[in-house]
Amino acid sequence: MSDFIARRPVWSLIIIFAVAILFWLVFAIWTPGMEAAFGRKRVFLSALFNGITLGALYFLVASGFTLIFGLMRNVNLAHGSLYLFGGYLGYSVGELTGSWLVALLVSFLVVAIVGILMQVLLFRWMEGQDLRQTLVTIGLSIIFADLLLWNYGGDTFQVTTPDWLSGPVTLPFAVALRSNGEAVMMTYPLVRIAILVGAIVLGVLMWLALNRTRVGMLVRAGVDDRDMLSATGVRVQLIFVMVFAFGAGLAGLAGVIGGTFQSLQPGEDTRILLSSLVVVIVGGMGSIPGAAIGALIVGLAEQFGSVYMPTYAVMLTFIIMVAVLAVRPEGLAARRG
Amino acid sequence: MAIADLNLEQRARPRESFGDWVGRRGTAFWIVAGLLLLMPAIASSFWLIQIVAYAMILGMIALSLMFLAGYGGIVSLVQMTVAGFAGYLVAILGDSAISQISLHWPWWLAAPVAILVATLFGTLSGALSVRTEGIYTIMITLAIASAFYYLTLQNYTIFNGFSGFNGILPPTFLGVEWGQSLPFYYLTLACAALAYGVVVYVSRAPFGLALQGTRDNPRRMAALGFDVVAHRILAYTFASLIAACAGVLLVWYQRQISPGTAGVGPVVDMLIIAVVGGLSRPIGPFIGALVYVLLRTFALDVLEGVGLDGRRYQLLIGLGFLVIVLFSPDGLIGIWQRLRERYRRSGDARNTQMGSGGGSP
Repeated sequence: MSDFIARRPVWSLIIIFAVAILFWLVFAIWTPGMEAAFGRKRVFLSALFNGITLGALYFLVASGFTLIFGLMRNVNLAHGSLYLFGGYLGYSVGELTGSWLVALLVSFLVVAIVGILMQVLLFRWMEGQDLRQTLVTIGLSIIFADLLLWNYGGDTFQVTTPDWLSGPVTLPFAVALRSNGEAVMMTYPLVRIAILVGAIVLGVLMWLALNRTRVGMLVRAGVDDRDMLSATGVRVQLIFVMVFAFGAGLAGLAGVIGGTFQSLQPGEDTRILLSSLVVVIVGGMGSIPGAAIGALIVGLAEQFGSVYMPTYAVMLTFIIMVAVLAVRPEGLAARRG
Repeated sequence: MAIADLNLEQRARPRESFGDWVGRRGTAFWIVAGLLLLMPAIASSFWLIQIVAYAMILGMIALSLMFLAGYGGIVSLVQMTVAGFAGYLVAILGDSAISQISLHWPWWLAAPVAILVATLFGTLSGALSVRTEGIYTIMITLAIASAFYYLTLQNYTIFNGFSGFNGILPPTFLGVEWGQSLPFYYLTLACAALAYGVVVYVSRAPFGLALQGTRDNPRRMAALGFDVVAHRILAYTFASLIAACAGVLLVWYQRQISPGTAGVGPVVDMLIIAVVGGLSRPIGPFIGALVYVLLRTFALDVLEGVGLDGRRYQLLIGLGFLVIVLFSPDGLIGIWQRLRERYRRSGDARNTQMGSGGGSP
């Protein structure tokens, strides 16, 4: 952090300034002039929070994707299918047991096992053959998509929100003033806040695991120089399997979460895959902080775009990607080299 | 990324006479050419248009992908989008049933402008993605393709949103209604043959050889003084030109265009077609397209014929694709070549056995 400020004083200043303005926009009571300029504060705030929570979901999907890529150079274009599979599975388990947490856990474990199978049965035999891996995962995603369509049909599903997470929560920001001077406070769905907190906790845990544990050290070493790591006698294959399982499991977990506050239907796999592609392109492949930054940017761009320029919302995300590619083709958070 | 090895035949040769040229093509080439030319005499209009003409149009788009992937080592997924964009431009600039958007330009203005603008679009996408390699290219082109898809889906002022354009009729000129089955068949045949010929020619021309050099060893080519990035962008331009022409044919074939034409599904389908056919030779994409169209058309009947659910044809395509990718990186062409090799070798073995009077095989 301080390293970044020392290296990029101007950029740091701009970022600090932007964050300060954002905080002021969130906490201040908007004057009628500002309402005329930005629209209603309630709309702005809900776009902001929806963007951040959507970013949390994208982070969960994209961090698994980027972890698998960073370590193994495996491009798993079936990652969206794993998400959808996890979501449907979570729905079924949730209906069966009535417990959201059990659904979350089962989805994580089952999709992680699918990931292990994919790694052992397919990817191990085509290490270093990027194109072939890509094609194989495209084939897999077609098969998965059709199998899921077969089993669940074309209907839309929603995972039931557990009781202790449903309902709104009041946030300490005023959205407007009543005529008698009393402030109307912002209310927001609790489940989205919980997801945001969960994603942050998971992100911090992942960072700690990667940077403070022995396994994390091995994984990072593998990302940097796989051959050297295997030359030191580490059982690289075991680490690969573990990381693949964890990344796939995250996709399954994210599927249940996505199914809770969005919905599940055929085609969602492609949409999530594309979003996570853009997230990791913007953030930088193989970098967890990159996935976080990218997810936040893409989530905010999508939500603000759909509120303030509905026709061109998708183009906004795309323009951001192009701009990042033009300036830093390796992504915002990736190390140069 | 061993997509294709440099073909030994593809070295530049001295000038040759027409007779040599005819002889060098081989029997298979002339049989296929004759069959395609005489097709209308033997096949019904359904086979002519729904199967062969459609396969040739898809084959042209896949051919543009094959040119980039096979000779340039660039797996670009925007080729279908370029074709879709050209189709959209024909609808927007020319005539369609959506008369409040269409500009009603005559076809001889609308079609070339559409091809030109779509080629430009393909070139720009290329310029954006050539800075990256391998997997990154796939992802970025996929992102561009999906951005175009969502743009056409959400924009109503230019692209007419979800419903797209219908009532786009092929032009009438030289006294021929090109929308009729027979003229349209020959039109697509001519375009496909031209595209095939041009790709074969360019692959052996200095530009094509230099492109193959940048695929095999970009650093060495850069050291030799070739501008690798410029070659790659130019490859995009050339491939996009083919894809754009195919896109115009596609919109005339379907007589309508909607966001689904260049959605994520068709974009990936194009990669499947090219890979299943084989990325090492220009004929591969056409074979792949024919297989794909046949599968799409008849999978339902075949699946129900053997007592399965006819709606699972997507599963069939996925499994077939997976099997081919896993076992033959060179697609159907690779399988064919391997079978021929094996046959030849077993033939040789038989000959030697006979010569030496038997022995263990």
